[in-house]
Amino acid sequence: MVSLQDMDDLLNAHPFFAGLGPKHLDELAGCARNERFDAGDYIFHEGGMADRFYILRHGQVAVEVKVPHKGSVVLETLHEDDTLGWSWLVPPHHWTFDARAVSLVRAISLDGVCLREKMETDHELGFHLMARFVPVMGERLRAARLQMLDLYAPPA
Amino acid sequence: MDTAPGADLAARLTQTAAAARVPASMTALDPMRPRPFRIERWQRDLSDTFTIDLAPLEGSPLTFRPGQFNMLYIHGAGEVPISISGDPERPERLIHTTRAVGQVTNAMKALRVGDVIGVRGPFGTPWPVEAADGHDVVIVAGGIGLAPLRPLIHAVLARRGRLGNVVLLYGARTPEDILYRKQVSAWRGRFDMTVHVTVDRATGRWSGPVGMVTKLIARGGFDARDTAAYVCGPEIMMRHVAQALLDRGVAAERLFLSMERNMKCAIGFCGHCQWGPDFVCKDGPVFRYDRVATRLAQSEV
Repeated sequence: MVSLQDMDDLLNAHPFFAGLGPKHLDELAGCARNERFDAGDYIFHEGGMADRFYILRHGQVAVEVKVPHKGSVVLETLHEDDTLGWSWLVPPHHWTFDARAVSLVRAISLDGVCLREKMETDHELGFHLMARFVPVMGERLRAARLQMLDLYAPPA
Repeated sequence: MDTAPGADLAARLTQTAAAARVPASMTALDPMRPRPFRIERWQRDLSDTFTIDLAPLEGSPLTFRPGQFNMLYIHGAGEVPISISGDPERPERLIHTTRAVGQVTNAMKALRVGDVIGVRGPFGTPWPVEAADGHDVVIVAGGIGLAPLRPLIHAVLARRGRLGNVVLLYGARTPEDILYRKQVSAWRGRFDMTVHVTVDRATGRWSGPVGMVTKLIARGGFDARDTAAYVCGPEIMMRHVAQALLDRGVAAERLFLSMERNMKCAIGFCGHCQWGPDFVCKDGPVFRYDRVATRLAQSEV
């Protein structure tokens, strides 16, 4: 088990939380726990209750969607220092895709219910989290748009 | 003194050529005249991409610097600019990797060992390898953009001792579209360089990264403020990669791109490849980012 102080240090050292003060780090640490997934484990499934998000510390996660007759199609992979999941932030709190550990994955998960309660009473914490999630969403959207362009396809 | 009637003219043309920075390996009289080369090896790389090794029918091998290109003339089909993709320290084999997309490149794809093609070159500005001395090196390739970067990778590894970390980031369409797969694996196995490959679409048993090559930049492995970066791929990819590198702290004057335009004469006369104030064939194809940044964002230039 990781102590609250250790979790504080882990979060403090992570680029996603850079710039947060001790008060907010404490609040986050209170909702955080360590997770481990073996290669092949599903971290969550499409449609499931999105009750947490993950900060990857080690390993590779595939974000997938099941396509009829094609099986699971990998949309993108996430790696060390990436965040996984934002469906916990906004209703209806359902996962949009599957997430599968490609290799051994070590991560910190943050409980979404716990965080949402804290964000209700501490709007500043909500602001700081939103300010960190929006750029991640923007980056993923940009990457998805570029992927959609199929840049390396043979010229038509 | 008795000289042949043409000698004076030839001397003057040589001076003119020198002033116009026509490569020294060519005489002033023949920048437009192809030299015959024989195909020594023909290899299929991908479904639409192939590599030919050439040797001159006569005369010395064609020496070149990384990033330069040749005009390849296929009898009865026409001429195309193709970047050189071999090792600059082994010019006896002149190597070109080509994607069959048009009439000339399709005619080239149909050629076999023993066939003869015409070669003019080398042309264009090289990747400035020496700009990396004392720094980390990041090479970012997209799709077939790896081909013009391969001579640079050879050159970088040849001066490995003067460089810090060496990182190759490569984005391909699918795992089946990874160019020079064996060589990329070999580079990946080296202790003195980092290689990350990502694909836009995972197929088969691919268990590596999936996503844009820009995402690999975030994985680091280099000290951005002390890095020379070399980028080649589709223009949109290069714009986004350049931005990601700049955002991370890479200096614009140590960031280099290779542009592709419609090169015809290759010596800056015909104007087909004009890009703003430059002709890509002689002022490029390799440009320093800060010198072209504003143009890069504009369309129809």
